[in-house]
Amino acid sequence: MEREILSFIQEHSQWKGTGMKELVVISGKGGTGKTTITASFAAMAKNAVIADCDVDAPNLHLLLRPKIMETHAFYGMDKAKIDLERCNECYNCQNSCNFDAIDENLIVNQHKCEGCGVCEYVCESDAIKMVTKISGNVFRSATNHGTMVHAELGIGEEASGKLVSAVKERSRSIALENENDLIITDGPPGTGCPVLATITGAHLALIVTEPSLSGMHDLERVLQVTEHFEIPAIVCINKYDINENNSRTIEAFCHERNIEVVGKLPYDTSTNLAMMEETTIIEYSQNVLSEGIKALWERVVSELEKQ
Amino acid sequence: MKIAIASGKGGTGKTTVAVNLALSIPNSHLIDCDVEEPNCNLFLNKELEPIGSSKVTVPNIDEELCTYCGKCSQMCRFNAIATLPEKVILFPTLCHSCGGCILVCPEHAISGKEKCTGIVSRSADMEDHPRLYEGVLNIGESMASPVIKELKRWIEPNISTIIDSPPGTGCPVMTTLEDTDHCILVTEPTPFGLHDLSLAVEMVKIMNIPFGVIINRSEEGNSIIEEYCDKENIDVLMKIPLNKRIAELYSQGIPFVEEMPEWKERFSALFKNIVNGKELA
Ligand code: SF4
Ligand code: SF4
Ligand code: SF4
Ligand code: SF4
Repeated sequence: MEREILSFIQEHSQWKGTGMKELVVISGKGGTGKTTITASFAAMAKNAVIADCDVDAPNLHLLLRPKIMETHAFYGMDKAKIDLERCNECYNCQNSCNFDAIDENLIVNQHKCEGCGVCEYVCESDAIKMVTKISGNVFRSATNHGTMVHAELGIGEEASGKLVSAVKERSRSIALENENDLIITDGPPGTGCPVLATITGAHLALIVTEPSLSGMHDLERVLQVTEHFEIPAIVCINKYDINENNSRTIEAFCHERNIEVVGKLPYDTSTNLAMMEETTIIEYSQNVLSEGIKALWERVVSELEKQ
Repeated sequence: MKIAIASGKGGTGKTTVAVNLALSIPNSHLIDCDVEEPNCNLFLNKELEPIGSSKVTVPNIDEELCTYCGKCSQMCRFNAIATLPEKVILFPTLCHSCGGCILVCPEHAISGKEKCTGIVSRSADMEDHPRLYEGVLNIGESMASPVIKELKRWIEPNISTIIDSPPGTGCPVMTTLEDTDHCILVTEPTPFGLHDLSLAVEMVKIMNIPFGVIINRSEEGNSIIEEYCDKENIDVLMKIPLNKRIAELYSQGIPFVEEMPEWKERFSALFKNIVNGKELA
């Protein structure tokens, strides 16, 4: 089934045959240094669009200081609204809602409502309307390192997968328009909806992990996801020196699965200092870490060329 | 008493706080709702036994009956069905199991098919402390909320329950936080930590859940989080220092209250304060 979907997406993708590549940086576990690395890539890439798909907790803008050029309203899922004047209290809507979003007083819980429209469909008194609502913004911004697409979700709004897709679509159309040859995407943590939306159609996933038990566990899960959707994946071990034993375990594990470990970066406090200065680590300092990231970038570029 | 441990940003130490807090409360239950990356048991090493699974109903299309009328894809607000002139394609990862397509299909070509999306397990030894409940989202599945809902059915009233939430502020987090009595937001003193904390604060305020903050990897001379909390009138419940011993224990998978009993007392006091605060309110 997944194979069928993949080929469907590839056939219908607008950038087919343009030679444009899409790199996603993901991590499974949060806090592994994914954004620090993505921001440095952005600073080194010659002709790339930068996309922040970690829409729940976006951080890339804190390092790349984007200047917003265009703002596009993002419409999340519509929400059901019941007009009690028209309602004859048949409760068909409540019985048909698979998300328990309509209570016994026929009030729609705005958090629980997923906006499927089933209640509107089953209501015979025309008492239910699906109401559109702006639930965030997608930005096209200028940075010192090229165009950046990022987003902001309104407080309490919850349509991350859909917003991720909106960010991706916009980055792709900008890349087509500007003839960029690469999209670099900072992805969300986890293995669920936002991650799947992020990796769909990507040419290469760089997975940033760390040698902690949770880092290792989550690497395994996220690798299963990239394998499941047949996205080529490579691994970078960040802060490898906080536990060299675990780092060796990760390397052995990747080797067994035929996954390349393309970089090992040391723990370095300059990451936080660069963050305080709102800049990328490679612009901030010349040290073992920034040299490591440069070498990593070269490996990633050559892996991308293979795809 | 149900206390959820959440954080806007991943990797701040949410699971560390959840595990150590649960270990410091007698007879507590620990519910790992981070079903995309459940990590509590990496620190507890309990033998778990499966007790349930989350099931959703996904459409099953009988192409023999289908006339490619396109009504199903018009109905589906999640773009999970595409109708082409001679093909209907279902995108299972986009499907929210609303049942809309089944209702609208004039040819009755779509039926519901049950699908398991995740597994719920619990400590095999019921006398175990803390008793751990864990949910795992199956690989390739996108919807975490049904697993979380199934997991939360096992929460017992009158038991002190610690809930490890997923990171971020999205649907799985809201599903986790719903009906909890208190929320602890764990953050770290960096600009990323502060930014994501402020998003999480807005979320718990909207959900109307009382909350406080724990600063993890706190350092002398860095008060970026305290300044924000001061300004916003938010309680800083605890600071866990950036400490070599704690970091070492973490990397070995040992909850630090096991080796540093003074911290068990601190967590226990923290819990009592939250309970007392609730009784007063
Ligand atoms: S289906 Fe329509 S008429 Fe029936 S209870 Fe719901 S809103 Fe009222
Ligand atoms: S739109 Fe769907 S989720 Fe929302 S109330 Fe109606 S049936 Fe329930
Ligand atoms: S609604 Fe039924 S008949 Fe029409 S395209 Fe969908 S499956 Fe086929
Ligand atoms: S069940 Fe709902 S979400 Fe799933 S395909 Fe049908 S209409 Fe779309």
